[in-house]
Amino acid sequence: MGKDDIKKLEETAKKIRRSIVETLSSAKAGHTGGSLSVTDILTVLYFKEMKIDPSRPDWEDRDRFVLSKGHASCGLYCALVERGYFAKDLLSTFDRTDGCLQGHPDMHKTPGVDMSTGSLGQGLSVGAGMAAGARLLKKSFRVFVVLGDGEVQEGQVWEAAMYAGHNKLDNLTAIIDYNKLQLASRVQDAIDLEPLADKFRAFKWNVIGADGHSIESLCKAFEKARKNKGRPSVIIADTVKGKGISFAENKVEWHVRVPKGDEIAKALDELK
Amino acid sequence: MSEMKAMRDAVGEALLDIAQKNPKVVVLDADVCTSTKTCYVRDKLPSQFLEIGIAEANMIGISAGLAAVGFIPFPVTFAVFASSRVADQVRMCAAHARLNVKIVGSYGGIPTGKAGATHSSVEDIAIMRAIPNMQIVIPADGVEVKKVIEAAAEIPGPFYISTVRCEVPTIFPVDHKFILGKGVVLQDGRDITVIGTGMMTARAKEAGEALKKKGISARVVHMPTIKPIDRELIKKCAEETKGIITIENHSVIGGLGGAVAEVACEASPCRIKRLGIPDTFVDSGEDEDMFAKFGMTADAIADAAERLLAS
Ligand SMILES: Cc1ncc(C[n+]2csc(CCOP(=O)(O)OP(=O)(O)O)c2C)c(N)n1
Repeated sequence: MGKDDIKKLEETAKKIRRSIVETLSSAKAGHTGGSLSVTDILTVLYFKEMKIDPSRPDWEDRDRFVLSKGHASCGLYCALVERGYFAKDLLSTFDRTDGCLQGHPDMHKTPGVDMSTGSLGQGLSVGAGMAAGARLLKKSFRVFVVLGDGEVQEGQVWEAAMYAGHNKLDNLTAIIDYNKLQLASRVQDAIDLEPLADKFRAFKWNVIGADGHSIESLCKAFEKARKNKGRPSVIIADTVKGKGISFAENKVEWHVRVPKGDEIAKALDELK
Repeated sequence: MSEMKAMRDAVGEALLDIAQKNPKVVVLDADVCTSTKTCYVRDKLPSQFLEIGIAEANMIGISAGLAAVGFIPFPVTFAVFASSRVADQVRMCAAHARLNVKIVGSYGGIPTGKAGATHSSVEDIAIMRAIPNMQIVIPADGVEVKKVIEAAAEIPGPFYISTVRCEVPTIFPVDHKFILGKGVVLQDGRDITVIGTGMMTARAKEAGEALKKKGISARVVHMPTIKPIDRELIKKCAEETKGIITIENHSVIGGLGGAVAEVACEASPCRIKRLGIPDTFVDSGEDEDMFAKFGMTADAIADAAERLLAS
């Protein structure tokens, strides 16, 4: 991974962030904070790590992606557009009745979406099923699941973690978007997750830390996950909710607020 | 007397058979396989059996993941834990995602081997019926169990199949045909209609014969599919006979009785009496004592029919 490649991915992430701001502000709805915190993770997945072909979204041997924190749909849609799954104009239909870009990802409506999500806590189970399926099929595709940190409070996440650890699903990689905020409060004020790495280790996972806004750090983390054998991997990615818009960063109210009025130009300016 | 067969054995055997024939079929268990009899698959075909542990929500999610990569998963556990316990997982990952997740609820309704209220599902069908995209079937006997499991493996989309633990009389010949969405007229009649589903159909049949002896011409219908329900047949019965009795091993709210009443009410209003578990949790006890307590016997069905005609 040379300096130029990193620069290119950083530019891509910036484009995706701009699309997120434009899409959410024009729809006047959606989740800003969690879409911006996960952008760099999505960028590395879609532009470097995953074996995919945008011209064949149903390709059987593709790597699978589950956005378990489905409310960050806008981030995913903007990444899919940037990667060439569908045309950018469609973003103007986000959240619209009869549109193909629903508020939460719908695998039957949007090309490139491998699993419908929206009810938190379920994606890691689905990912574990896909990974178990890959093994039964003797196929080499890999499965990636992005979870929110608040989402990790759901008990089913730990059922899935126990299952994947016990079954040594090393074709499964979970990424935790550790932005320290959830819908109504800081994660540590709701239910603290720490020590998170120890918890996953205790569940027989390979734990990798990363700076979730450094392309280089994320690329290295994914490489470690790829090379790891005999255990599922989890990348605990330190992130900032609302990353890229100064006035939205680290603010719990920006979970579901979208930029409006002067904020739109200001946000786009910061993302130049 | 018809031959008796434990329906859970029929479930285990049918799943083993379909899994042997179709390598895409996998069976998932949440630590109840020796009760539900999916242990037949575990023991004979371990490569197509996944033990998930006591984690039903995870089992539905894993099933969805397997379905998303081309498998036909049959997650099987007690009906309470295959429905209420995982309602949101079913809703999100199986129904909304329209995946080939074929849920089998074992231990439906009253017969749970005296386990009582916590294990007797009175509401599984009501929950599943309200979820869009779900296809719901309640087979009557061991023969139909096999046909329904074969159909579920063939027909795309999510299924909920409710079965019972206990022995039930075999009422269908081995060449019985199950058609999703179609009821079956077992005895024709013009005075009154008795519609049964699941193991209660055998009792509806018995009641129909008893009524015949008393000079009452009862039409007996078996309604294996609760969703999509056979609207045409219900409408015909509502029009052609003087009333409808429904009988099911489930709460009278939201199951067969609810579905029939909804259809009849809109299509051709008629008198209806819903028999089944009243709006209550059930106690532990002998299956037949509980059935008798709630009027879920052939005699009670025949009495209800007579009363409806007399009223
Ligand atoms: C089962 C479930 N409960 C509640 C919600 C409502 N909800 C949507 S987003 C959210 C907070 C998620 O926080 P986190 O996982 O930390 O995501 P992020 O901060 O990255 O947006 C909640 C509670 C939901 N979608 N699903």
